[in-house]
Amino acid sequence: MNQQRREFLKRAGLAGLAGLGAVAGIIPTFALEKTDPSVFSNRPVPGATRWGMLIDTRKCRDGCDECVAACHRTHNVPDFGDSKNEIKWIWKAPYEKAFPTSSRQFGSRNLDGLEVLTLCNHCAEPPCTKACPTKATFRRWDGIVAMDYHRCIGCRFCMAACPYGSRSFNWLDPRPAIETYSPDYPTRERGVVEKCNFCSERLVKGLQPACVEACRGKAITFGDLNDPESAIRTMLAENETVQRKPELGTLPSVFYII
Amino acid sequence: MIEKALKGNRTYWSWVALLCVIIAAGLSAWSRQLNLGLGVTGMGRDISWGIYIAQFTFLVGVAASAVMVVLPYYLHNQKAFSKIVIVGEFLAVSAAAMCMLFILADMGKPQRVLNVLRYPSPRSMVFWDVLALNGYLLLNLVGGWAVLGAERKGVPPAPWTRALIYLSIPWAFSIHTVTAFLYAGLPGRHLWLTAVLAPRFLASAFAAGTAVLILLAFILKKRAGYDVGGEAVRKLAVLCAYAGTANFFLLGTEFFTAFYSNVPGHMHSLQHLYFGLHGHAQFVPWMWLSLLSGLGAVAVLLSPALRSSTPWLLGACSVLVFSIWIDKGVGLVIGGFLPTPLEEIVDYVPTVTEIGVTLGIWAVGLLLLTMLLKVVVDVRTRD
Ligand code: SF4
Ligand code: SF4
Repeated sequence: MNQQRREFLKRAGLAGLAGLGAVAGIIPTFALEKTDPSVFSNRPVPGATRWGMLIDTRKCRDGCDECVAACHRTHNVPDFGDSKNEIKWIWKAPYEKAFPTSSRQFGSRNLDGLEVLTLCNHCAEPPCTKACPTKATFRRWDGIVAMDYHRCIGCRFCMAACPYGSRSFNWLDPRPAIETYSPDYPTRERGVVEKCNFCSERLVKGLQPACVEACRGKAITFGDLNDPESAIRTMLAENETVQRKPELGTLPSVFYII
Repeated sequence: MIEKALKGNRTYWSWVALLCVIIAAGLSAWSRQLNLGLGVTGMGRDISWGIYIAQFTFLVGVAASAVMVVLPYYLHNQKAFSKIVIVGEFLAVSAAAMCMLFILADMGKPQRVLNVLRYPSPRSMVFWDVLALNGYLLLNLVGGWAVLGAERKGVPPAPWTRALIYLSIPWAFSIHTVTAFLYAGLPGRHLWLTAVLAPRFLASAFAAGTAVLILLAFILKKRAGYDVGGEAVRKLAVLCAYAGTANFFLLGTEFFTAFYSNVPGHMHSLQHLYFGLHGHAQFVPWMWLSLLSGLGAVAVLLSPALRSSTPWLLGACSVLVFSIWIDKGVGLVIGGFLPTPLEEIVDYVPTVTEIGVTLGIWAVGLLLLTMLLKVVVDVRTRD
């Protein structure tokens, strides 16, 4: 853990210096979620960090969904038990659905039945933020595509714009459908959109994202894509990796080793 | 002038009362939706826009089509359109008002609608669409009303009204172009990601809009004794025929590009809509009904003999409106979500609440149109 952990504390420390970490520390439930994007413009090193994730599907165990459960528990994601009103931040999807345009004919390895983790890609060129008429969803200084639940008007334009199905809408009041309430993250109201936030509320505390921490197989690596020394960059350099639908030009920050 | 809308005979009041009943039912459905959330509709995580946005898209087209009478009358001095111009303008006003109500009904947090203006986001097409629609509504309302007011006093309309009307012409094209851009710029939604979407929107709008105008002209003649003149209707029928032809031509080019190129992403949405995909064929009967009836209607309109016979003309116009309503609403908006980004097909069935809200909004639009046209008829038939 140590090298990665240090990397984290270093970045989170930067955030703290700028004052925001302190605010989030005092009022943890506020975290970074409802902050005006303009707050981030005078960061010490704007744009220098770009959080990213590398998922090693070879290490991801069949049928295991501990990361999914951890994420949904941490973020008070409701469970309505049906696919129509479903809200999900991270989930497993069949390989051929997550990578519909990938080549599968006469492949070296039988990928039938392979399930891969899918979540918001925190795209560097996110079509969702461009479509949003209120800037309720926006790209932060550190590459995280964030949501302001208090500004969102629920037009669902971002959902139409996201080519990965990463966004969910609160069709009903989510609160009664939350199994175990977590005080560390705000619950949402009916009528707004939500999605994975790369655990920005944990990052400011120097913690790894909940899914990364929950994975016993160490299948998920999280780190700064803009730091050539980071563990994730080393792994990207050493392995053959793919992104979802790279042909769309969204520049996903989530990478996969298949 | 508005007092004229408050005087009428029994038929007028029964019609208004009927609309009010539907509006009341719509309001009660809407309050249910406000209380429980949009989960009471048929929309869901995968098909996240439904009949509200479909009606919106269709009605922007109806609004834009006022230009089909305004342009020839004001730019080309086509006197035949003198009596129908105002009908077109007020139709545009009512349609634009309905569009805004449909957007409002579709929002998860309608109480925050002003956020669109508080945090203007010019990179978002919605921002431009809101400006375009509101502007267009005002241009037509103020322009039409001022011309009518001047007519009532027996004086020529003030020069600024002409400026407004001239401005409304490019504006009409802009509202439907921007509406197409809401869809056409989204990566990964292949049915929408096409450069001919805006031209197709304009063609289908001008076809459906002129057809609605022709139908309105007949209703006004029969019910209110207001005759816009046979010449105007004949000219509109020709415009309608060619706009309809252009629409189906553009649809044909979509088919060619998708299926000749054989690129799966481009084919899948059309396959799903017209032939069914992965065992799902919910839209297939509707799409063929739309396609065949629309082609039939255009064929009738293209034939000079048939389109000059009133029953054929009315039949063809009604069928064409219905055909485009299915194609643009059901097919294009809802079908555009399928297959989903994860290559799944889900079904969508609007709920009773959703249909109630939809009918309520249509009734509001019809009420507005009825009252505006009542004023027109009273001002014009008095002298
Ligand atoms: S994956 Fe979707 S929601 Fe996430 S940043 Fe990219 S476009 Fe936006
Ligand atoms: S639903 Fe909310 S976040 Fe999404 S585009 Fe609309 S206002 Fe923006």
